[in-house]
Amino acid sequence: MVTNITNFGRSGLSDWLIQRASAVILALYTLFIVGYLLLHPNLDYATWSGLFGATWMRIFSLLAFVSMAAHAWIGLWTVTTDYIKPTGIRISAQAVIILAIFVFLVWGVQVLWGA
Amino acid sequence: MSNMRSLTFDAIIIGGGGSGLRAALELAKSGKKTAVLSKVFPTRSHTVSAQGGITCAIASADPNDDWRWHMYDTVKGGDYIADQDAAEYMCSEGPKAVFELEHMGLPFSRFDNGRIYQRPFGGQSKDFGKGGQAARTCAAADRTGHALLHTLYQNNLKNNTTFLNEWYAVDLVKNADGDVVGCIAMCIETGEVVHVKSKATVLATGGAGRIYASTTNALINTGDGIGMALRAGFPMQDMEMWQFHPTGIYGAGTLVTEGCRGEGGYLVNKDGERFMERYAPNAKDLAGRDVVARSMVMEILEGRGCGENGDHVMLKLDHLGEDVLGKRLPGIVELSKTFAHVDPAKEPIPVVPTCHYMMGGIPTNVHGQAVMQDEEGNDQIVNGLFACGEAACVSVHGANRLGGNSLLDLVVFGRAAGMYIESALNEGIEYLDAAQSDIDAAMTRLNRWNESSGGESVPALKAELQDIMQSAFGVFRQEDNMQEGVKKLAELRERINNAHLGDKSNAFNTARVEALELDNLMEVAEATAVSALERKESRGAHSRYDYPDRDDVNWLKHSVFFPATKTLGKRDVNFSPKTVDTFEPKVRTY
Amino acid sequence: MSMLQVSVYRYNPETDSAPYMQEFQVDTQGRDVMVLNVLAMIKEQDSSMAYRRSCREGVCGSDGMNMNGKNGLACITPLSEVVKGGKLTLRPLPGLPVIRDLVVDMALFYKQYERIQPYLQNDNPEPAIERLQSPEDRDKLDGLYECILCACCSTSCPSFWWNPDKFVGPAGLLQSYRFLADSRDEATSERLAELEDPFSVFRCRGIMNCVAVCPKGLNPTRAIGKIREMLLANAT
Repeated sequence: MVTNITNFGRSGLSDWLIQRASAVILALYTLFIVGYLLLHPNLDYATWSGLFGATWMRIFSLLAFVSMAAHAWIGLWTVTTDYIKPTGIRISAQAVIILAIFVFLVWGVQVLWGA
Repeated sequence: MSNMRSLTFDAIIIGGGGSGLRAALELAKSGKKTAVLSKVFPTRSHTVSAQGGITCAIASADPNDDWRWHMYDTVKGGDYIADQDAAEYMCSEGPKAVFELEHMGLPFSRFDNGRIYQRPFGGQSKDFGKGGQAARTCAAADRTGHALLHTLYQNNLKNNTTFLNEWYAVDLVKNADGDVVGCIAMCIETGEVVHVKSKATVLATGGAGRIYASTTNALINTGDGIGMALRAGFPMQDMEMWQFHPTGIYGAGTLVTEGCRGEGGYLVNKDGERFMERYAPNAKDLAGRDVVARSMVMEILEGRGCGENGDHVMLKLDHLGEDVLGKRLPGIVELSKTFAHVDPAKEPIPVVPTCHYMMGGIPTNVHGQAVMQDEEGNDQIVNGLFACGEAACVSVHGANRLGGNSLLDLVVFGRAAGMYIESALNEGIEYLDAAQSDIDAAMTRLNRWNESSGGESVPALKAELQDIMQSAFGVFRQEDNMQEGVKKLAELRERINNAHLGDKSNAFNTARVEALELDNLMEVAEATAVSALERKESRGAHSRYDYPDRDDVNWLKHSVFFPATKTLGKRDVNFSPKTVDTFEPKVRTY
Repeated sequence: MSMLQVSVYRYNPETDSAPYMQEFQVDTQGRDVMVLNVLAMIKEQDSSMAYRRSCREGVCGSDGMNMNGKNGLACITPLSEVVKGGKLTLRPLPGLPVIRDLVVDMALFYKQYERIQPYLQNDNPEPAIERLQSPEDRDKLDGLYECILCACCSTSCPSFWWNPDKFVGPAGLLQSYRFLADSRDEATSERLAELEDPFSVFRCRGIMNCVAVCPKGLNPTRAIGKIREMLLANAT
């Protein structure tokens, strides 16, 4: 077996499963948002803010954000291991990606609950 | 060349086909320091092309099947010059060897009861020829050779066999006593030449069908082991016996398995007549291969051939239906589409007898030990030299091999050689080391090519050799033609001795390999030509217009070709099996 | 005269500092011969031309190469199938180190094959006859055991190009599944354990290049899907 310490679940199977599960969640979230926007052609700030004020929507959004983070990490980790062969550069790139994902995630939580 | 590197093994097996890999497996399991040296990656060896199956009385299709019936068929098929002790050994040990292959994972096709699928093949009978057609050929669809070779390679991996892949054996090294103590070999990738020292050298180098212009054989079948043994001065047996397979695809030469006829296909001439009914009223299309091939040539010569030039016949399979073709003969469907542009489910395949198998080879006993003759003509073991598979002449095939017996030969005698070498090594073997002069002798021809500075090119000489063999030593032979052929070959040998190797580079130099192969083709062709000219009778695959009958008084014998004098001697056929009564020679009809 | 223009990748490590393309004119006499025949004609013009070949009927897997951009076996590829505009370009299989001309170093490819333990494993005592297998169970091996190890698939797979040391590749995975699917093999969980890392199987992105080039018409992508299903079933 090929051993690895930098991938997400330390197992190709869990990565693969997470990648697919997160894709489904992201697809549902996207469909919901697009559907919502279509059903509310004259959307105003109050309605939009009201939507995100609801606890279920905050949980749904957080789920989507976490899925996005996992999905992005697994995907970008794969890309870096495919194309970036020098170890130093690869680890640096992976660190930047992790940092960015972490920042976006925390920022997302702040947006949802901080308002 | 005193700085030449040497490699030392208990046993070196030259050739990575079925017999070599089977021998290697036995030795690898025993823990002996063994290496397989092969000029191609092992699964590219010619065993991979075997299609129809491995004939063996495993009593699957018929629970009452008996190996003695198989032995009878084999001896009769060989026109009574198969050694009966060897045929007995092969047919009785066969089931064990086949079950071993299955245990190793060979994906045999199956009957509904879960046992190995067996199909009818040519020359098979029940009850010593009295019980009708038997179905005795164990098959993995029509890719049995592929399945067998890969299974053997896989099990060698499992047992950590050492492989020298893409290495080419140049010549045998003999010590001062005349024992074989290794060989000179070249790594094709780097061009490095090494001295391989070994207590047992096994020639498992396969056949040499490439001496003919039209052959079912792979391009690598250049008789390298035969050439090496002849140059080392060892005799060859029954080299006139070349099998022409009835169904090579017309124009391309690729093989269409006898299994096609086993599954119910048959041959027709231009009138659509199933002509084998006239030549072999009982077995029809499943008569011996020599019989069917001759009948086809007769049809063609008498003007009933197909096509514009009337130079082939047709193999009809369309009545079998797409299901049977897809399930039992999928490889044939593929090959016919590629090489004959014909879908066998709709149209017949154009076929013509094509050189397929060398019954002769290095004479050996059932342990694979090479045999030569002393001055009184008695058998004498060659120390250190072994042969198995198509390169060897044990002889189980006599004057004509039965379909499906070659794969059995490979595994039974590869295994036997491995077992014998293991026990001999355990008892201890000591031969004199080779002297520098012995090594130099084995380097002679490689040096000759490397130092050549001008002369004719290899491909042109090879083509000429193949044309001589094709026109003078084909299905039917006659004195004047063959004499002419022998003369032309003698001239050709001179020219080959002065031929030129243009490319002298080291890395993966295939031109050098082809030049070395040409020497071997020349050796095989000459042994074949002299043997065919001197055997003045017709027997099995050797058919002469000028001697149309079998001559048991003078020729119920093996022929033995001696390279030093280029003359032909005789050797007694074994008629003393250990556990069954001798099969006395009878008139051979199907 | 019907001359075919053939452009061939040449590289001899002893004399060339870099590979180059060499042009040949080959007279096919208007016949629709196989690419391998064309190579033989080229070798008669220039004996230093190096390529592998053996069975010349598509069962030994020696002469895998890249012909006008697509991997295949030279011996069963007729000119009519590949030649575009009277021109044929021959290159070695992509992604593996070139030894000379069209000959590539297949060590990495074989290593991945060996890694999946390509042999039947069953420690039960062997019966006196063969192990029984129903025709239905045997049918499961069809489309798997026929692989000839020509490497056309693995060398057309970008995942194998990027990670030939870690991703088993389509050929090796097809053989892996050949043993996973064999009713006689008992090492299923050990085999699966060796494959569940992020590279061995999961680097396959399902682009099916392997299926498009397989000269034997096999489907490694389907086999890889089956391995994933088995891994999933085993782990959940």
